[in-house]
Amino acid sequence: MTTALGDVRRFWQNAGLFRYVVKRLLLAIPVLIGTSLLIYSLVYALPGDPIRALAGDRPFTPEVMAQLRERFHLNDPFLVRYGKYIVGFLHGDFGTDFQQRPVAQTVSQRLPVTLRLTVVAVVFETVIGITAGVLCAVRRGSFYDNLVLVTTTLLVSMPVFVLGFLAQYLFGFKLGWFPIAGIRDGWYSFLLPGLVLASLSMAYVARLTRTSMLETMDADFVRTARAKGISESRILLRHTLRNSLIPVVTFIGADVGSLLAGAVVTESVFNIPGLGRATFDAVRNQEGAVVVSILTLIVFFYIFFNLVVDILYALLDPRIRYE
Amino acid sequence: MSDPVHAPGPVSGPDAAAESLVEQADLWGNAWKYLRRSGFFITGSILLAVLVLMALAPQLFTFGKDPRDCDLYQARKGISAAHWLGTDLQGCDYYANVVYGARVSLTIGLIAMVGVLIIGVMVGALAGYFGGITDSALSRLTDVFYGIPTILGGMILLSVVGHRTVWSVAGALIAFGWMTSMRLVRSSVMTIKQSDYVQAAIALGAPTWRILLRHVLPNALAPVLVYATIAVGGFIAAEATLTYMGIGLELPEISWGLQINDGQSRFATTPRLVIVPALFLSAAVLGFIMVGDALRDALDPRRR
Amino acid sequence: MTADSVVEISDLSVDFEVDKQWIPAVKGVSLTVAKGEVLAIVGESGSGKSTTAMAIPALLPPSARVGGSVKLNGAELLGATNDELRAVRGKDVAVIFQEPMTALNPVYTIGWQIAEAVCAHKKMTRRQARDRSIELLELVDMPEPQKRVKHYPHQLSGGQRQRAMIAQALALDPGLLIADEPTTALDVTVQAEILDLMRDLRHRIDAGIILITHDMGVVADMADRIMVLKDGEVVEEGDADGIFHRAQQPYTQRLLASVPHLGATLHDSDESPEPATDLALNVEHAVIEYAGKGGSFRAVDDVSFTIGRGEVVGLVGESGSGKSTIGRAAVGLLKVTSGAIYVAGKDISTANRKQLRDIRSKVGVVFQDPGSSLNPRWPIGQSIAEPLTLHTDMDRAQRESRVKTLLEQVQLPATMRNRFPHQLSGGQRQRVGIARALALEPTLLIADEPTSALDVSVQARVLELFAELQREHGFACLFISHDLAVVELVASRIAVLNHGRLAEFGSDAQVLTAPRDDYTKRLLAAVPVPDPEQQRIRREERKALR
Repeated sequence: MTTALGDVRRFWQNAGLFRYVVKRLLLAIPVLIGTSLLIYSLVYALPGDPIRALAGDRPFTPEVMAQLRERFHLNDPFLVRYGKYIVGFLHGDFGTDFQQRPVAQTVSQRLPVTLRLTVVAVVFETVIGITAGVLCAVRRGSFYDNLVLVTTTLLVSMPVFVLGFLAQYLFGFKLGWFPIAGIRDGWYSFLLPGLVLASLSMAYVARLTRTSMLETMDADFVRTARAKGISESRILLRHTLRNSLIPVVTFIGADVGSLLAGAVVTESVFNIPGLGRATFDAVRNQEGAVVVSILTLIVFFYIFFNLVVDILYALLDPRIRYE
Repeated sequence: MSDPVHAPGPVSGPDAAAESLVEQADLWGNAWKYLRRSGFFITGSILLAVLVLMALAPQLFTFGKDPRDCDLYQARKGISAAHWLGTDLQGCDYYANVVYGARVSLTIGLIAMVGVLIIGVMVGALAGYFGGITDSALSRLTDVFYGIPTILGGMILLSVVGHRTVWSVAGALIAFGWMTSMRLVRSSVMTIKQSDYVQAAIALGAPTWRILLRHVLPNALAPVLVYATIAVGGFIAAEATLTYMGIGLELPEISWGLQINDGQSRFATTPRLVIVPALFLSAAVLGFIMVGDALRDALDPRRR
Repeated sequence: MTADSVVEISDLSVDFEVDKQWIPAVKGVSLTVAKGEVLAIVGESGSGKSTTAMAIPALLPPSARVGGSVKLNGAELLGATNDELRAVRGKDVAVIFQEPMTALNPVYTIGWQIAEAVCAHKKMTRRQARDRSIELLELVDMPEPQKRVKHYPHQLSGGQRQRAMIAQALALDPGLLIADEPTTALDVTVQAEILDLMRDLRHRIDAGIILITHDMGVVADMADRIMVLKDGEVVEEGDADGIFHRAQQPYTQRLLASVPHLGATLHDSDESPEPATDLALNVEHAVIEYAGKGGSFRAVDDVSFTIGRGEVVGLVGESGSGKSTIGRAAVGLLKVTSGAIYVAGKDISTANRKQLRDIRSKVGVVFQDPGSSLNPRWPIGQSIAEPLTLHTDMDRAQRESRVKTLLEQVQLPATMRNRFPHQLSGGQRQRVGIARALALEPTLLIADEPTSALDVSVQARVLELFAELQREHGFACLFISHDLAVVELVASRIAVLNHGRLAEFGSDAQVLTAPRDDYTKRLLAAVPVPDPEQQRIRREERKALR
């Protein structure tokens, strides 16, 4: 019995990475609870009659209102309501919208679409952003460097919907390279919207990579590597880039939130039937249950993704594992 | 608490840079010298100056045309001498509306920025300076809000507000936009707090409020001010996005987002209806970003 | 060029481009190093010693312009192609850098990094490279080399990291080894170990060594020949004995005179000072613990000592000994977990707010880092006046006049009061720090490594000033330092801390000549003294202690 305990303890002390993951998970749970509580209270607990707000301009009779109140447990104290909601959520019961359609169904239809869009965007953001940043750092001060700087600045200053609009018009309508809207062409139809969605983040990633690389190039250990007689390309890849990526990876993780928000806009512009579009429509139609459910789902996903990034970070930087 | 050991000599570098440790201290003096010569800063400032002027005195740019002086019979007219950019669906002068849109955007951007700064500085400074449980609690709170992207949170908040005004939109942006500035302030404060001069002040028995106000904050604010400048651009874009989606400002407010929304259905035939406000919008955001970027480079201690 | 010399530098000049101007860092330096010989290049900061050495493997920043000639094993390196340089780096000339924490890549194991050095020039399988890494770690006396080879730099201690760096540098048996301040970032006892290691290796590997340092004690321990640089020019050059005992140039003489020499101020007539009854500081069984990972960490473990009024006591220890912790606790910046600290008779641990304020007005603090001890936004006059603002009700005019007086006392012109810290040199800023500490005529001054970040000559002047002020004002002082020789100059009694425990506490003479504790003995034996013969004797003594 004692040896088993000793084994467990030794495992715990030596498995730095495992410990780190568990710690992160444990930290994430209160945040998840807090955020879902926040979302829930935003929609249902603001001053005023939530049902009236949810109903908006729809002409609901008092009976229907009473029914809705019952359905949404509005007669129960707030925390009980929230509790019931969370229990339902974890079972996959997201409630229904005003058309009696189960939200879970809407979600399961649209989630894969948004996922594809987001994946395309992340790939673009990472690959193009990092490559551009590295090239800038290596050719510092050159025409290319300045070009990228100017381009990224311009990209960053255009709101997603403006960019989306212009891209749609130019590449979809005028040049006909990409479909203007919809997802009938499979993965291909996600390329342009994905690129548009990624544009802002891509610009930031490029700049961050560039800055991080420039900083790392001056680091002591790079000089040591040079003193060992290693080739410049090896120094660049194995030493400079490897260490520069750490803040970039962190940023990409933290930025997924803005991608998810941007998805709302992008899906609207390109008429993609994803979760973002669904959220937007729901907000417009004041479908509280849908909004809350999708948003909570998005947030859960976001926090989970950040956890993945944290793990990636620990893999990249051994100092974190052993703290 | 750390026991530093011996004197590090500068390893290699110009003799003049031997005192670089010290030069960094005068951030603002050096910064101004850099800014004066920075193309980004100059261009950005010009853009902003024009924008501010447009916001304060739009009449200068519209030569007295009133954006609300709408004549339905003049709706959807093309470019003419009387209406430089034609008229919109309601028959209002398009150009005048674009110019007046600057005021709204700028106002919201600035209100949001100030709000985010105030909350961020307060929460961040408390968390960073007092550490311990205060820090844990405040950081967890920040994490909770951080999980909700600004636009999404703003969307929800605005959807339950009855009549959406400039203040409600700005408020929604502040409610979900303060977290980044809190984190920046917190990490700055935590670093500065360890400086010897702060420890010296504490050792002298200076009261906490004095230490925070006179020692910590003035030295910790540089990074968050840079962020704030860039953030104004971000807030302007966010407002336009929300309005474009129909969840931000409503008529009779004048906003670039509304104009773009209005014009998008006729984009194929009259692209200027979207392009002109989009251009103004981008220029506004660009101005803030350029100035903020230049400021960040100017304040970078390593640039020395 | 003699057949024996490994490197020959002729008329080297290095200029750096700063803001479109060329600033000379090295002006016409020439030197040779023979096989098996150690040449020490010494100078203060900005003298160009590192720049000169880094010119050999061409490791200078791109903004540098190099002229003259650098011949390594007969081949001219200046103007060589990148490929030629790469072939030479690591194989014919290797470098040991100052700060191993940043000089080693934090994301790769040390085994990987050493193997990388080997594989850069020799074809080897992974297994062979790993075996060679372990072999090299054994060569540098790394404890448990099989285990350590898989460790990351942050998992090793400072001394172990430096051993790893040395192992890496020796990987291919280079003909020339450049050691750039190799022990500056290390504790004294660790420094002694590394220096011993380097001496050992030197006999075995037959390489020429260029040792760059500002520490004359290290020079005395290692060097065969010495070259003194100032502002990029050679001031004097010669063999070790000649320089130390018969220096010709005034600069060299001044430099040597500024170095605190352990044991130099002790006379036979020194008696133990009478234990004082009126105490400025009384530390009684102080225990200070922090919350750390895996429970609490005891930084200070049952330490007791006293400082009489007007007396200077030195608190000596290496990093992690707890000396700074005690210093901070004495000002109330940290709380004691148990035990008590009495400042001028009042218990600081149980004092209420008002009493604490009172106590604080009687204590002044001087910190180590001149870069951060003053608020960069405040003119220095304001910084000096802050204690006055907080504790007295002087009006503005009175404060101004007091600030002027204080500036005069630290030998700075009164006109400086409106300058900002970045406009002053390191030494000047330390003086301002002292002025601020003296503003309220304190009973007790806590000086936490006040001169450690200063150049040797500047340090000497600041210490002189300090001694003078102490005589004039009669304040008591807790002088915290890692440098025994410096402490000897100012203190009458010395307390030695080792990992939070008080190893020894006694008069200067007693601690330095007849230490009772083992740790104190080791510490004393490890301090490098700027005299080659004495160093030799001390080396033998040190070996005996091990």
